[in-house]
Amino acid sequence: MRYLFEPGLLASDPVRIALLIGAVVAVTSGVIGVFTVIRAQSFAGHSLADVATTGGAGAFLAGLNQFWGFLAAGAAAALLMEGIGVQRRRGRDVATGVVLGGALGLAALFLYLGTLKTAATGASFTILFGSIFVVSPGTVPAIVAAGAVALLTTAALSRVLLLSAISPDIAASRGVNVRLVGIVYLVALAVDVSLSAVAIGAVLSTALLIGPAATALRVAKSPGRAMAVAAVTGLAATWLGIVLAYDSYYWPPYGHGWPVSFFVVALVLVGYLLSYARKPRRLVPRSPHEGAECSPA
Amino acid sequence: MKTVTRSALLELSDISVRLGGRQVLGDVSFTIGKGEFAGIIGPNGAGKTTLLRLILGLVEPSTGHILLDGEPRQKTRKGGTSIGYVPQKLLIDPDMPLRARDVVSLGLDGHRLGFGFPSRQRRELVDQTLHDVGADGYADTRVGELSGGEQQRVLIGHALISRPSLLLLDEPLANLDLRSEQEIVALLGKLATEQEIAVLLSAHDMNPLMTVMDRIIYVANGKVATGPTDEVVTSEGLSRLYGHHVDVIRLHNRVLVVAGE
Repeated sequence: MRYLFEPGLLASDPVRIALLIGAVVAVTSGVIGVFTVIRAQSFAGHSLADVATTGGAGAFLAGLNQFWGFLAAGAAAALLMEGIGVQRRRGRDVATGVVLGGALGLAALFLYLGTLKTAATGASFTILFGSIFVVSPGTVPAIVAAGAVALLTTAALSRVLLLSAISPDIAASRGVNVRLVGIVYLVALAVDVSLSAVAIGAVLSTALLIGPAATALRVAKSPGRAMAVAAVTGLAATWLGIVLAYDSYYWPPYGHGWPVSFFVVALVLVGYLLSYARKPRRLVPRSPHEGAECSPA
Repeated sequence: MKTVTRSALLELSDISVRLGGRQVLGDVSFTIGKGEFAGIIGPNGAGKTTLLRLILGLVEPSTGHILLDGEPRQKTRKGGTSIGYVPQKLLIDPDMPLRARDVVSLGLDGHRLGFGFPSRQRRELVDQTLHDVGADGYADTRVGELSGGEQQRVLIGHALISRPSLLLLDEPLANLDLRSEQEIVALLGKLATEQEIAVLLSAHDMNPLMTVMDRIIYVANGKVATGPTDEVVTSEGLSRLYGHHVDVIRLHNRVLVVAGE
């Protein structure tokens, strides 16, 4: 135990803040990610992350807190994407790719100019790959509140999102405004991506969104369980990642901790690979009799 | 053929539908009674799906009006559970974390915001519905792993649990093997007679439905002919509908509609 928890881990303020932020981000991403995968919107998640990078870089150049940059750019991108309908249609891949490339190019310019101005060379790394140990205590309440709002919004929409995933026509025929639900969900997704960008970086933010959810969908049968498994998997990866990053201070090169994002993303990948170790699900249709054997007595 | 007079549940009068500047349906009028079993039959592209979407409120008519239980269709639309709907060719991904019982349960309140807390009453209702559609055997299996016929039963359960007075099914027999086809037809026939639910389904082949169908709504060429099957499916009647000569051939209790010279 002593080797896992280096002395002084929980006495450190940055670590305590990191654990709190990490928990908020992991749980929110886990729950929201289940719907992202079900709705086949992983691509939308990636696009939002790219645009959020530009927002974070812009905020850095303007001398603002990056979280607000991530949040503003992500939410604006979500509304824009819904407006032009890029999140689903495959035919618009190319246009989207060009626009996202442009957004990342802009991010490169902002980061370069910002670094010239402040001589803070670590900033680019922080924006791209995360800064969970250096989150300013002032933004913690805003991050927790944003996470809670995104999480509760998605939870409140969960039944409607599931019904729309079965069939948008059924949902529409029962009075659901399918388009409005889609917009609200996409904004919640954008908020989550910006939280995740703070924790593990804009470039890697979708790893916490898609990885735990994909793992959960392989092992959990019902929507409630899938959300719970995704949240717990993400939380485990994030907290363990924080602990390992703290420990890595003593790893070579001695005195320089490894990035948290590396550990979190690596652990998410390990979790996903482990889900394949389970007995593979049968893809052939079951007969009713076999189904009966599998149901609880 | 049953000839009981029933009180009207669904009334369409002088409906026409234009989509993208093209008239898809014209002069459509018919009435469906409570607990009646009606088949919307016709070739692909004739307007069967449009007709169903019209009744669901997903397509607005350009002229005419629809009454459901005496009320104009628009009023009953909001949050409506008076119509149960099973869409065409629903492919549920095996990754979808929904067991058969989750899909049926969503039929109860899937259109509502907020959280659905489990209760004994709800569980019993879901179990009963799964039983009614003969899906108890795979209640806890993911729907994406079920066969086409099994998924169809689960979706009928989903449409049925809110106790609708009308069940609409879009090509529910497409892509089913012969045995599943017969089972689904028998199930729907049973629901119509035992639970007094009017069943309106579309199909491109009328033959599997002959034993249960009270009324045929034959769609061709954007027009509709309706009545008992024997009266509607005749060479003269269908030729008029298609606008060119067709032969209706009766062979070993099967009806074939063949384009003539």
